[in-house]
Amino acid sequence: MAEKIISKFFDIRDSHTIDVYMKHGGYKTIQKTLKKMKPAAVIDEVLKSNLRGLGGAGFPAGRKWSFIPKDSSKPKYLIVNADESEPGTFKDRYIIDHFTHGLFEGIMLAAYAIGAHQCFIYIRGEYVRQAERLVKEIEAARKRGFLGEGIFGSKYDLDIVVHRGAGAYICGEETALLESLEGKKGFPRMKPPFPAIEGVFGCPTIVNNVETIAYVPAIIERGAKWFADLGCERSGGLRLFGVSGHVNKPGVYELPVGTPLREIIYNHAGGVLNGKGLKAVIPGGSSSPILTPDEIDVNMDCDSLAEIDAMLGSAGVIVMDEDTDIVRALYVVTRFYRHESCGQCTPCREGTGWAERILKRMLDGHGRPEDIDNLFRIAGNIMGNTICPLGDAVALPLKSYITKFREDFEKRIPVDGAGASKQRDSLMLLN
Amino acid sequence: MKKIEFSKKAKKEFNTIVGRYPEKRAAMLPTLHLAEKEFGCISPEVEVYVGELLTVPAVKVREVVTFYTMFAQQPRGKYHFQICRGISCDLLGCTKIRDYLTEKLTLEVGATSPDSKFTLSEVECLGACETAPMMQVNEDYYGKLSQKSVDKIFRKLK
Ligand SMILES: Cc1cc2nc3c(=O)[nH]c(=O)nc-3n(C[C@H](O)[C@H](O)[C@H](O)COP(=O)(O)O)c2cc1C
Ligand code: SF4
Ligand code: FES
Repeated sequence: MAEKIISKFFDIRDSHTIDVYMKHGGYKTIQKTLKKMKPAAVIDEVLKSNLRGLGGAGFPAGRKWSFIPKDSSKPKYLIVNADESEPGTFKDRYIIDHFTHGLFEGIMLAAYAIGAHQCFIYIRGEYVRQAERLVKEIEAARKRGFLGEGIFGSKYDLDIVVHRGAGAYICGEETALLESLEGKKGFPRMKPPFPAIEGVFGCPTIVNNVETIAYVPAIIERGAKWFADLGCERSGGLRLFGVSGHVNKPGVYELPVGTPLREIIYNHAGGVLNGKGLKAVIPGGSSSPILTPDEIDVNMDCDSLAEIDAMLGSAGVIVMDEDTDIVRALYVVTRFYRHESCGQCTPCREGTGWAERILKRMLDGHGRPEDIDNLFRIAGNIMGNTICPLGDAVALPLKSYITKFREDFEKRIPVDGAGASKQRDSLMLLN
Repeated sequence: MKKIEFSKKAKKEFNTIVGRYPEKRAAMLPTLHLAEKEFGCISPEVEVYVGELLTVPAVKVREVVTFYTMFAQQPRGKYHFQICRGISCDLLGCTKIRDYLTEKLTLEVGATSPDSKFTLSEVECLGACETAPMMQVNEDYYGKLSQKSVDKIFRKLK
């Protein structure tokens, strides 16, 4: 079995403390880097490692860092995205709980590389215990001179601030996060300008996911080539796959990028619960299109999933057994995005509500003959017509669930039209 | 409108919070979290007070309070049960746990008991899907819920 990088700390007692982290080699890399490496060399190494953003979009981390303007006199900021709210995703919680100082060492390396002296960790409000742990360990690091003025006796200053969200999925989207951090409601911004040019407080800003940052120390310590070789062609390293739903061993599994989905479900997560058959799998958090059992030999990397019109997203695998009601599953997923839509764009705000109501009445036995077509039309009207990708995050599942499980939806429409009401409602607007 | 104010200790904490940000307004969420702890909920008086502290109009505070789900605009019960209704929890029967809790507490979802002891809410995915079905009670997570484990949690609370 392949080695583990982050998750080996999950089983070590008190691995969140400075002493245990240092006993396992922690904080050596940053000290060496501060003495021997130029910031540009750190960026170059991360670029060559093929580390791709692990928060959802899969953008190459080193490339993003290289967008920070070199000549700007403004302060630069690093933001660690710990909002972790995509249904099916829970890996960042493990990192914060057990690889706390590993995350800090990653922050130090990333901040040094981009020339930031302040880092904000934006953590979802419900992770109260995790926020407490971060604050406590930051304090411990500061006491030893690992944070604050002249870290590790160098000339480089760095501080980390923990900033708690307050219950809004949309604040995980990087520009909504910036607004939220500035003390406003979380409305996503139009891009460009991209955060690297004009981010928080109007200054150059890099936003990276917790897990992305947590892999940086290993890359700098052991080299870009080593990391790149662990993964597949265009996506280096390992990543943490979260598996939940109908499996025998739900949990976090650290595996090479590109591991086949079948292997993750059957070899690592112990197979389908109660020995049942498989109905469907969501491969990468609930925004992702759904897969049928004959599609699970796909390799779990961004490119392979894109080839079959799915996405790796946050690598949150959600398994559904043969008895799963797919109409209900789509209803629950759609209800989530309706609840979390910020309401700025009409297609997203109204479309999510329409879709939820149609699915609800299908569940209640009142489906109408035109419902399936209308669901497709709603999805089509959302796609590409919104400020942020939350719109697509509901449109893609809508299209894929209905296309791949059309019979299940058709069964919810009474043949004699008994359930159909003749009333005109707001859905007529769609025609 | 009743004038309210932070305790000495909370004021000190507020000053530390503000000091962490290059702009005062950025202290909005942490100040609201602090205010909720201090005053029990974010009433209109609290909005005005927080607005004064951060030198922003009260309406900008209201805009934030109503955007995020965590801020209580009315007092909540001593124990806030938040049952996850996300997809992984739904697949593993969270609706049964919700129904069991509504029965046990004789409370509808969204309501607070007359003795102010319990509030029952349904919430979206809490990022602990591997422990589904799960819920959050005040600040702690409880996973792999069954009727039996819910009973046990109750015995601990009372
Ligand atoms: C609706 C929405 C929600 C998102 N939620 C998260 C989140 O909770 N955590 C996260 O790291 N990224 C989230 N993202 C992705 C971020 O916008 C951003 O791409 C990411 O934080 C960049 O980090 P990375 O390049 O390291 O992945 C979300 C995106 C969208 C559109
Ligand atoms: S797509 Fe939806 S969530 Fe995103 S900005 Fe528009 S309304 Fe808000
Ligand atoms: S679905 Fe319940 S914690 Fe994620």
